[in-house]
Amino acid sequence: MIPPGLAIAQPMPDVLPPVKPRRGVLGFLRRYPTIAIGGGLLLVMLCIAIFAPFLWTKDPTSLAPALRTREPGAQFWFGSDMLGRDVYSRVLYGARVSLLVGFSVAFFASVIGLAIGLFSGFIRLADSIVMRVMDGMMSIPPILLAIALMALTRGSVQNVILAITIAEIPRVTRLVRGVVLSLREQPYVDAAVASGTGTVMIMWRHILPNTLAPLTVQATYICAAAMITEAILSFIGAGTPPIIPSWGNIMAEGRALWQVKPYIVFFPAVFLSITVLAVNLLGDGLRDAIDPRLAKKL
Amino acid sequence: MWAYIIRRVLATIPVMAFVALFVFSLLYLAPGDPAAVIAGDQATPEDVERIRASLGLDRPYLVRFSEWAFRILQGDLGTSIFTNLPVGHMIAQRIEPTLSLMIVTLCLALTIAIPMGVVAAWKQGTWIDRAVMGFAVLGFSVPVFVVGYLLAYVFALELDWFPVQGYTPFAEGFFPWIENLVLPAVALGGVYIALIARITRATMLEVLQQDYIRTARAKGAGQASILFLHALKNASVPIVTVVGIGIALLIGGAVVTESVFAIPGLGRLTVDAILRRDYPVIQGVVLLFSFVYVLVNLGIDLLYTFLDPRIRY
Repeated sequence: MIPPGLAIAQPMPDVLPPVKPRRGVLGFLRRYPTIAIGGGLLLVMLCIAIFAPFLWTKDPTSLAPALRTREPGAQFWFGSDMLGRDVYSRVLYGARVSLLVGFSVAFFASVIGLAIGLFSGFIRLADSIVMRVMDGMMSIPPILLAIALMALTRGSVQNVILAITIAEIPRVTRLVRGVVLSLREQPYVDAAVASGTGTVMIMWRHILPNTLAPLTVQATYICAAAMITEAILSFIGAGTPPIIPSWGNIMAEGRALWQVKPYIVFFPAVFLSITVLAVNLLGDGLRDAIDPRLAKKL
Repeated sequence: MWAYIIRRVLATIPVMAFVALFVFSLLYLAPGDPAAVIAGDQATPEDVERIRASLGLDRPYLVRFSEWAFRILQGDLGTSIFTNLPVGHMIAQRIEPTLSLMIVTLCLALTIAIPMGVVAAWKQGTWIDRAVMGFAVLGFSVPVFVVGYLLAYVFALELDWFPVQGYTPFAEGFFPWIENLVLPAVALGGVYIALIARITRATMLEVLQQDYIRTARAKGAGQASILFLHALKNASVPIVTVVGIGIALLIGGAVVTESVFAIPGLGRLTVDAILRRDYPVIQGVVLLFSFVYVLVNLGIDLLYTFLDPRIRY
């Protein structure tokens, strides 16, 4: 029996939301559709690059002067250029150069920039010198810096990667240094210092992992920028040697004829744009997923 | 404030000195033998030696750099290997088209991008916002020459609204001049518009949440006046910063745009110099563009004190 004056508490309404089950990869992709779209497109491009020889292509460098500047059709899906080369095959093989340059530059610029940024953010004496050097490099527009470097070397894919990497390093260094500077003041770093952890260990264990998220996002943007820069360098004749079918080279060759045979420029242009768009979407998606606070801002 | 301005102006000197040192040192940083690369494949050993001597690669680095820097300070950018003309002279001949292209692009980009960003922030989350942001991603992704050829094909070849290529000096009248610059400016401005629209939206979103905006609304200020007078003014500092940083995009893009639209400016000069491996010209152009870039950003830093009186140094 319940004594008078006491009321049984009503059962609480179920205000807590039901615990959501782990949503897995599919759920994640559903939540960040830009990652799904960007990643999907990039995967398609990657497959095209890897399996180019099996996608009904011909030798992208074989000449057929009798069959030059054919309109797109059954024989040449994307037409043929002024030397009779198959534009379809050249564009598909061109994906290899673009992706190779994009990924390599993103990787090398990130790793080198990370090393310099960690070093400069943690060692005050080095900081002022390194950052003045980076400020100077950043005052040269990156494309011009790459052009100036390429003018001094023989055109090759390695040199293109090297030139664009050098031009991109200062931005990565800036980013990493900024993160390091803000982390250096954190209590947990002080605690590590107080407990006698060595500088190298602090960088490796406590600082480095925290730079990886923003660095990954930055790397995708560098990848996109590098692919555009590579195409621009090749387009103006300072990039990969003309014998290599890169999208910039195909467009450079089609340039003289673009008013009458626009398709030679058109197809590599579309592929380049889609690939860069894919990488940018992936980067935006990763940024949203990694840093929701920033996502609201931009 | 004057103390700040003087300090800021003086601070650009080491940056510029470093840029000069860096541009000069590229000759030494390049893998392989730059003299042999510049001379080309058909060069005789004497040619290579001659170029090595004209670039000063046969003498000690520091001696060479101090001589070179001293000449630069006197306004002498050296002599072209290919034409034997002074580099300064070649640059002066080509500067008008590039300057015109940049100014038109800048005006176009600002008049389009800022209202776009403001409206996107105002209509946050609606289809207008999404369209603007979608456009921004596209603007970042489609390279300038792709936009250039597309515009030229549609608006010049098919519709015949604008000339396909070329440049008319300003001296021959405003309309012939602007007519030739519309398509290149739109092509070049794509990335720039995307960048400015994005930062405008981001900053406006932040500013629009502040209390004084609510106050303005409460006292009955109109929507346009809130957005453009109250909010935009306080959002101007980050926007102006990005406008300055973005100049680097314009400079890089101008090289390509001038190739696509056959504009005889500094970009064409650079491309021709690359094809001929005319290194003194490349050095001169890179140096000039970098100095302009540094100066623009110096100007913007000084502008802060006027835009936002709260900034005190």
